[in-house]
Amino acid sequence: MSAIASSKVVTVTVNGVEYERDVEARKLLIHFVRDDLDLTGSHIGCDTGNCGACSMIVDGRLVKSCMLLAVQVDGASIETVEGLAEDGELTALQQSFSDHHALQCGYCTPGMLMSATALLRAHPSPTDDQIKKALQGNICRCTGYWNIFEAVKAAGS
Amino acid sequence: MLLREVEYAKPATVAEALAILKQHDGARALAGGQTLINVMKARVASPDVLVDLNGLDDLKGIELGPDGTLTVGAMVTYTDIVGSAEARARPILGEVCSTIADVQVRNRGTIGGNVCSNDPTNHLPPLLCAAGAEMTIASEDGERNVAAADFFLGVYLTAVGPGELLTKVTIPAGKHDGFAAVTLGTDGTCIANAAASINGSLRVALGCVDAVPVVVQPASAAEDAVRDAVRGAGFTPPADVHGSSEYRIHLAEVLAVRAARQAAERS
Repeated sequence: MSAIASSKVVTVTVNGVEYERDVEARKLLIHFVRDDLDLTGSHIGCDTGNCGACSMIVDGRLVKSCMLLAVQVDGASIETVEGLAEDGELTALQQSFSDHHALQCGYCTPGMLMSATALLRAHPSPTDDQIKKALQGNICRCTGYWNIFEAVKAAGS
Repeated sequence: MLLREVEYAKPATVAEALAILKQHDGARALAGGQTLINVMKARVASPDVLVDLNGLDDLKGIELGPDGTLTVGAMVTYTDIVGSAEARARPILGEVCSTIADVQVRNRGTIGGNVCSNDPTNHLPPLLCAAGAEMTIASEDGERNVAAADFFLGVYLTAVGPGELLTKVTIPAGKHDGFAAVTLGTDGTCIANAAASINGSLRVALGCVDAVPVVVQPASAAEDAVRDAVRGAGFTPPADVHGSSEYRIHLAEVLAVRAARQAAERS
């Protein structure tokens, strides 16, 4: 019989680094990553599963980390926006965001980058419709969608 | 947002999950969590124990029988359905799942969670009613099958009772299906939707217009016949900021006609 408990020791790999923490069952993944692991690149926007600012890639699948409990990712491998650049070298996608001025206030950017990263892995040269569909779960309240679209399109070609 | 204190279990077998659900009155099954976690934030739901079903591989299969019957485990995600070669035996299923919310939600949300939450704006309750699906509900006393048309009992209420778990959805063979919706933005929440299926006779299920899908059986897929059947159903849809009750009746007629036409054109 599996244990029923209000907290659990969770072992998780985030951006290649393994962490082990005792986590309350009620803690959302986004709070765990930001507050317990001090990785504050992923943002909390709406906290209702709509805006996508908290998007992360968990075991290869893009998710919104405000709709997942931290105890659910025990044993998982997680990628957040901090894991994209290596040794300060931006990914082609990040550079493309910079080149195309694909961010205004920047709040949605970590989620946009993770969604676009997941897209480009599945479809290295996405169609326009695939780009729009891939970013549907991410809201930019500056409404700077067009430059974001252009940046992803350029990174994918 | 901080959730109310809750206990958590991740059973490895369906039997274990059923035992926990039976032993704890305040236990609730956690499927994809794309609805439940949010309603817990709002304190609309406050379970004492979350029984995480994500470790139950027995509920994650998609099987295609020799007669074309499709069996989908309750924990199969929308993304799994969209990518499944077997699920293409009933093409409408993947087509509709690919329009639910967004990539992130489709990666976590499950067919079981969609039907068990029975939000009247969900896509799958009317679709599965039209398609003539059957739900398998397990408890420690055994299994029982419930037709989709009898599964949805009220807003957020289904035939799955305390100590029970939906384990799979069985969909008969068929390709002559249609689905139409008016949504808040592309792939957004449905303001009204309709699913149609021709399997011998035509069956149309209307969503968002009552607490549960309204099933009608028009004499044919002709526009007049479909409109007459919808008018004869006599439902009073809810009104909200997105549409009045009268507007939803209008949409139900139009969408039923579109869904029936799509189903007929695939015949």
